[in-house]
Amino acid sequence: MKTYDFDDKYIINLDSEMAIETDNIQVSYGKNQAIFNTSLKFPRFKIISLIGASGSGKSTYLRCLNRMNDKIATVDGKIMYRNVDINDPKTNVYEVRKHIGMVFQRPNPFSKSIRENIEFALKENGIRDKNELDERVEMSLQDAALWEEVKDELDTSALALSGGQQQRLCIARSIAMKPDILLLDEPASALDPISTSKIEDTVQLLSKNLTVIIVTHNMQQASRISDYTAFFHMGHIIEYNETRKIFTKPKIKATDDYISGDFG
Amino acid sequence: MHPKRTDKIATGIIYTVVFAVVAILVFLIGYILVNGVPDINWHFLTSQAQSFSAGGGIRDQLFNSLYLLVLTLIISFPIAMGAGIYLAEYAKDNWITDIIRTSIEVLSSLPSVVVGLFGYLLLVNQLNMGFSILSGAIALTFFNLPLLTRNIEESLNSVPGLQKEAGISLGLSDWKTITKIIVPEALPGILTGVILSSGRVFGEAAALIYTAGQSAPSVSYTNWNIFDPSSFLNPMRPAETLAVHIWKVNTEAVTPDAHAISSGSSAVLIIVILIFNLGARFIGNHIYKKMTAAK
Repeated sequence: MKTYDFDDKYIINLDSEMAIETDNIQVSYGKNQAIFNTSLKFPRFKIISLIGASGSGKSTYLRCLNRMNDKIATVDGKIMYRNVDINDPKTNVYEVRKHIGMVFQRPNPFSKSIRENIEFALKENGIRDKNELDERVEMSLQDAALWEEVKDELDTSALALSGGQQQRLCIARSIAMKPDILLLDEPASALDPISTSKIEDTVQLLSKNLTVIIVTHNMQQASRISDYTAFFHMGHIIEYNETRKIFTKPKIKATDDYISGDFG
Repeated sequence: MHPKRTDKIATGIIYTVVFAVVAILVFLIGYILVNGVPDINWHFLTSQAQSFSAGGGIRDQLFNSLYLLVLTLIISFPIAMGAGIYLAEYAKDNWITDIIRTSIEVLSSLPSVVVGLFGYLLLVNQLNMGFSILSGAIALTFFNLPLLTRNIEESLNSVPGLQKEAGISLGLSDWKTITKIIVPEALPGILTGVILSSGRVFGEAAALIYTAGQSAPSVSYTNWNIFDPSSFLNPMRPAETLAVHIWKVNTEAVTPDAHAISSGSSAVLIIVILIFNLGARFIGNHIYKKMTAAK
């Protein structure tokens, strides 16, 4: 494997309105440090891809953003969201996760009906009004481009859906909470190309109303859908720039090697 | 040796072993049923046991067994559920958890007669509870708890971790996620475990001889006041169960039809346990299908 100088990095200077930013994030699993001082800013209503080889730390980093690493790893540093450091131990993590939703690599709908999958978290958060619930179910399914396929079978089991539909249901379940930010952890890696392209279309539509941060192994996917791309290598952020620039004219050697397949 | 030959021989041995196991089971159950079923009739199931004359039934013993089972479950299920949830969802991988697990394993291999004698000393004598259904139920809880806890823990662990992440990522607390998502999903497994452990409790004798006692005083099935000593619901009365009855009839009964009573009781016991087991499968499958819409 080639070795690169981790100090050799490029991070774009952004001054638009930020959805979330991290300041010197360090993550360690016991004695193993997985992420080294990573400071990134994510502009609002944009799609940002995190790319890098397996084990580069991109998923670990993503999971910090809504505190999903709480019981797994130690996360140091600041994560600023709406002027609050949400990495502070005193932060109400449940509240954070309502604003920052997450969809995982493998579709994980609950073993409930399609409707209950979406209504469940809403009800737990005190929404009881039947009309409001129905409306949220329809809106979120439409936004996730699933409504037309399932509108007549809302009360059947979510597990009877195909993998691609289940994943879109998971997206719908997440956006029904009306989050500001949606974190996607390789959402299409377990899906076929047709389902993948549907997910990509969905993500692009969603970015009108929220900020999407997506981890992906698929560089075509990153270049197709994202506005900005961040490249991670061995727990270090190497390059963060506009997607167009990163894929045509990377500034750092490591990024260039990774994108051109001349890596390691 | 030729791989194909080895495979044939191994397969042959496996089939023979399986056949032997099945044959022994079928023989045992068949023997008990063939001997006992002719002695079962309505009178046998609904009349009181007789001490000296023939024609006694097992009404009280059958009821006592069921009542004891219900009480045991009422005591042991919440404890096992709590312990199971702790071990499956909260326990960290450290030496304390190891000690808990080891203790549970040791407890589960405790001979039931030891549990019975312990119950006799602690509950019956020390705590002055006397020979009573409650003493028996607590003793059976000691006996039932390890397996039930293990079963609940395993059922919860069999729910994919992704389900928990899904709940947590929606802003739900751990507790909500566990009680509203993980436990319902694990329910078929938990239910099967509860019913199977019921079968073991139902057939237990040694632990009860010293705790629930060997006498079945006549009780009134119309007296619903649980504090009245003659009420069938009173948990402080001594109660001989079906399994204890079988043991007693075989060791010290003087009734002329002792053999028939013992055979009939054994058959009833086996049939009830069979019903539990088949019921566990049926209900477990049914709930699972209902929840997952699996065909």
